This record gives sequence, C-alpha cells and structure tokens, in this order.
Amino acid sequence: MKVNGAEVEGLVEPRTLLVHFIRENLQLTGTHIGCETTHCGACTVDIDGMSVKSCTMFAVQADGSDIITIEGVANADGTLSALQEGFRMMHGLQCGFCTPGMIVRAHRLLKENPSPSEPEIRMGISGNICRCTGYQNIVKAIQYASAKINGVEFQEAAE
Amino acid sequence: MIPGSFSYHRPASVADALKLLSDLGEDARPLAGGHSLVPMMKLRLATPAHLVDLHGIAALKGISRNGNNLVIGAMTTQHELLASDEVAKAMPILHEAALLIADPQVRYRGTIGGNVANGDPGNDMPALMMTLGASYHLEGAGGTRDVAAADFYQGAYFTALEPGEILTSVSVPVPAVGHGYAYEKLKRKVGDYATAAAAVVLTMSGGKVATCSIGLTNVHETPLLAADAAKAVIGTSLDAATLKIAAAAASAIMAPAADARGPVEYRKHVGGIMVTRALQRAAAKAK
Repeated sequence: MKVNGAEVEGLVEPRTLLVHFIRENLQLTGTHIGCETTHCGACTVDIDGMSVKSCTMFAVQADGSDIITIEGVANADGTLSALQEGFRMMHGLQCGFCTPGMIVRAHRLLKENPSPSEPEIRMGISGNICRCTGYQNIVKAIQYASAKINGVEFQEAAE
Repeated sequence: MIPGSFSYHRPASVADALKLLSDLGEDARPLAGGHSLVPMMKLRLATPAHLVDLHGIAALKGISRNGNNLVIGAMTTQHELLASDEVAKAMPILHEAALLIADPQVRYRGTIGGNVANGDPGNDMPALMMTLGASYHLEGAGGTRDVAAADFYQGAYFTALEPGEILTSVSVPVPAVGHGYAYEKLKRKVGDYATAAAAVVLTMSGGKVATCSIGLTNVHETPLLAADAAKAVIGTSLDAATLKIAAAAASAIMAPAADARGPVEYRKHVGGIMVTRALQRAAAKAK
C-alpha cells in the first residue's frame, strides 16, 4: 500500500486492525486510538478518497490502497496546510487528542465540498468527537481553511 | 480490543465467494462493510474462523435501472447512495434515510446489502425496503431466488438468508411520480440507532390519501409494516382524528425492548409520534 505517498509493505495477521498497522508497524503514531468502538473518529485516515475509521477495518483490507494520515497532510514544502494553519490560528484544539482525526476528516470534506456551509461542516465532522472545544473553534478552523483554499479572506461570523 | 484469529479470503467473483462459503461451512462469514461485524469481532461476540471479504467483487457494486425498479448492488455503500442523482430523483426517501445512518466515515464503508441482510432491528434500511415493496436477490450454491423484504425478517438477526447464501442485490420499485415521502427517526445522538423511526410513502388525490405504506424501525425484534395504520389514512385528508387513529394502530403492533433508549411505553409513544410526523411531512411533499 501507499502511505503518505511512500510505498510500504508489511506482513501481518489477518486480524491486525489497520490502525495498529499504521501506529505499530509504520510507527506513524499521529493517528490516535480513542474509543476503539467506531464512535469517536480519532483514528480517521483517508483511504482511496474516503474518510475511514481505521479501528474498524483490517490492515489486509487496505492492501494496494492509497492512504493519507495526519503525517501526510502538510504541504509538499513542509509548511502547514490550510487546515493545519486554520486549527492553529482559530485555536481549533485544546488537548489535541481528536485533532488528527478532525483534520484528516476535514481534508476529505473540503475536497468534496470546498465551500461548505456551517451546517455542512457540522454534519461533515459528526463522526468525530471532541471533548474539549465544544466544536466552535473547530468549525471556524475549517471555515478558515475553506476561505484560504478558495483564495478569499476569512471573516469570522458575528457572535 | 483485538479480534480472534481468522483466515482472510478475498474472492473476485460471486461464484468464488459461494464456493468458499460452501467449502468452509458455517465457520465462515461473508464480510461486507464490516461496521457491524468487525466491532462484534473486536468484542469477541463474533469469532468466525474465516472471513470472506466481498470487497473484491466488482459485480456487487453499482445502481442501475431495470424497468420500473432500481437495482442496487449489495456492496453499494451508503455514501454511494447519497452521491447518486438517480436515487435522489427517483427515490428521495432512500437518500433521506441514508443520511440518517451513523456518521460520514461509517457511510463510506457501510453497505446497503450488509444493512438489510444483517437482521439487526436497529438498522434503518429494512423497514424502508418493506415500505417501498423491495425484494432481495439471494444467491447460493443451489441457485438463486428472490425474497420480498416483507418476508425476509424472522427475528432479531434471524432472516430468510440460508447458510452459504449471499444477498447480492436489492430491487426497489420506483414510487409513483409526485409521491410524498418521509423518514422520521428519533435518536439520541448522531450515530445512534433509532429510539423509534417511521417511513411513509404515500400518494394524494384531490387532497385525500390515495395510497399509503408505513414501515417501522427498531420498535420490534423485526422491522414492521404498519398495515392497519396505513389503511386507516386512505381516503382521509389526514385530519387530527385520523392521525391519532393511525398512530394508535401503529403503536399497537410495536413491541420494543426496554433499553438505554427508554422503557417500552416511551418507545411506543414516540413511535406513534414518528408515524404522525412522517405522515404529515409526506402529505405536504406529495403533489
């Protein structure tokens, strides 16, 4: 499979979950294990253009696929992507545990819909749970990234 | 949480999958989207010795029109249903209900075939398929057969699907032009199964209900068709008294479990409210 643009291979038992392969075999520990029950979205990775909870898929099922994890979302020159910059500028995180999943999920959301409305953003990240922020600043961070991708200046909605 | 050991198989055709299931016997389970089975395996509540992953079978994907039916391949995901213009135009209730299933990540993986074949009373598609008069195409080593959704469900996780058979597609009659529809689902949070849900498809003529079908989710060990409730609204303008009769007729056939979603009486009560709301919204949409 390809992970963040690089070809990788490994030999695993069929029962190895994709998230364990990514974290333990590939040592890419940015993808987090939260609830382990398909609810929280912390383990979200991008597989062939789909946001997937990597705790609910076997590594063998990802054979031959193209995966993006949080380690692969920065710009090619190493600078922060629009989404990473948005999370930084808008304080879209507190403890940071949900952030990799949030950013990887929002990455696919903005690919599918580069100008989502606020309800569309909230629906779009409804499979990701954040226990700190109350989501307000995460939504703003995604709006910031959307504005930047579309080349317009981000203006916060009046409170 | 790590599942027990199993052997993984990824056949490239339905014939190969059926041969595997037949050779491996009852220790083998077909794997669709995996968002019911994999969590059960992680809890070790399911311990299949062999998984037959259906993702390698291209023939199980896709949505096509066959006469007045939409034929949906079993491995078509909820995300693909939501992305389909044909579904949105011909069968908007399917789009509406798919959007209420779980969350975006789960919808990229979860399939219509898995949703209808698993027999989980909490799944949304079974009652909807019954409401729409759909049928399921089942393929086994001994041949193929079609079973009406209304005849498929026998109990919680018990269905007409025989060991060794695979549900390969669902065939759904396209409702009449100008029909009204609504899927009303009460749930505690995004991703939850329904506390109670009701599907309504109806047609109106001269301000009165001409045809009506009502399905119920998660208020019984199987999905239900509320035939008496549907009959009660035919020929009426859905006035307050009729709505009350319909809700009572629907509640009368409900037998939900008491669980974290509420006691039996509460779930029957809100089940009636879901029927009322779905009828009203469907009638408002009908042309």
